[in-house]
Amino acid sequence: MQTRGIIAVCVILSFTAGLAVASFAGFREFLPGLLEGARLTVLITVMGCALAVAMAFVAALTRMYGPAPLRWLAISYIELFRGTSALVQLFWLFFVLPHFGLTLEPLTVAVVALGLNVGAYGAEVVRGAVDAVPRGQWEATIALNMSRMEALKRVILPQAVLAMIPPWGNLFIELMKATALVSLITISDLAFKASQMNQTTYRTLEIFSIVLVFYLAIALLITIGMRALERLAARGLARGRAH
Amino acid sequence: MFWNWDYTWEIVPILAEASIVTIEATVLGFILAAVVGLLLAILRMSPRQWVSLPAAGFVEFIRSTPLLIQIFFIFFVLPEFGITLGALTAGVLALGLHYGSYCSEVYRAGLENVPRGQWEASTALNLSPYHTFRDIIIPQAVPPVVPALGNYFVALFKETPLLSAIAVLELMQTAKILGSETFRYTEPITLVGLYFLVFSLVAAALVRRLEYWLKQRWR
Repeated sequence: MQTRGIIAVCVILSFTAGLAVASFAGFREFLPGLLEGARLTVLITVMGCALAVAMAFVAALTRMYGPAPLRWLAISYIELFRGTSALVQLFWLFFVLPHFGLTLEPLTVAVVALGLNVGAYGAEVVRGAVDAVPRGQWEATIALNMSRMEALKRVILPQAVLAMIPPWGNLFIELMKATALVSLITISDLAFKASQMNQTTYRTLEIFSIVLVFYLAIALLITIGMRALERLAARGLARGRAH
Repeated sequence: MFWNWDYTWEIVPILAEASIVTIEATVLGFILAAVVGLLLAILRMSPRQWVSLPAAGFVEFIRSTPLLIQIFFIFFVLPEFGITLGALTAGVLALGLHYGSYCSEVYRAGLENVPRGQWEASTALNLSPYHTFRDIIIPQAVPPVVPALGNYFVALFKETPLLSAIAVLELMQTAKILGSETFRYTEPITLVGLYFLVFSLVAAALVRRLEYWLKQRWR
């Protein structure tokens, strides 16, 4: 089923790309600007994903094993960022934080807002995966006299990480798609370049078609990368079990 | 002065009015998504490849590209083909198609969970495909997935601020206008954030109740 989806995407991808090259005069005219925008989109995606993963692990593990006040903090963070819109969070950090005397670069705001937003969703993914590790594994670590940190690091998380790779793939794609929002806080990413070119040339169909294909290609790369990572992790875990 | 209460009370009625547009977009968008999603799910299950593959491709395409660009596409590109839509209509259409693709995956899970025997019995009874779906399959496939659809309802609600990008006068756009008029962004944007937080927490709680109720009823 998955492979069929991929095939379908490839068909559309090549079809749209073919259409763009075949009939869209001036395709070359837009390409350099859009590529520049795409570079920024990829940069924000990568940095946002890194922050999201870090926040997710910290928040989830604090929520599960932290002392009460820290646990409440983690829960508030997760609920706050899952309960409000990404765009509202972005605007809040961009427009409201300066009133509190903290002015950040737009790029920093973008990475922080998207990373915190997706990190909150990721925390639930991490929690679900850790919860799904069989109880017997915990009991075995107690029998082996491991500390909780040691048990998490050496027994529980390696197994949980494998289970959480596919949902993380989805979250990374969500984050990549959400980077289009940063165009609304003056960052010249792919979406911003597209709007800008649209306003000056009015070649709407060509520009937005190319941009859609760009996003599709990035999403496809993420999917392929995550699948490779999953295979790699599965092999590593199998080797660990064989010992 | 971080927070001005006088100003807050001044803008609350304005935001309350704008929130009606937000709710309108959410409800209309979700109705569209629920219908589109079911259609896509059924098309995807078709044994004919020329029906199922394009449906699958459409779903993958919509799910892998940003909603904002889709909104722009519908709002700016369709007029080139002579279809000019109002901003709210274009926004609702984009939300409906985007979340319809997500909902189609949910429906598909529900449809695939209907036992094969039900299909075979429908064939044995010589029911047409239309009647098989309407009277046999859908009544069994949809109720178990309603909570999952509910989650997408909440997600769609939280995406409505994107409509501000095509100047729909919903909450976020109104807050931005208020902010640019007075140079006080703190109150409007924080209030909008609170509004979304409260409503999505309430909605999430309702979805959980619904899930519980359905479990009791459909056991």
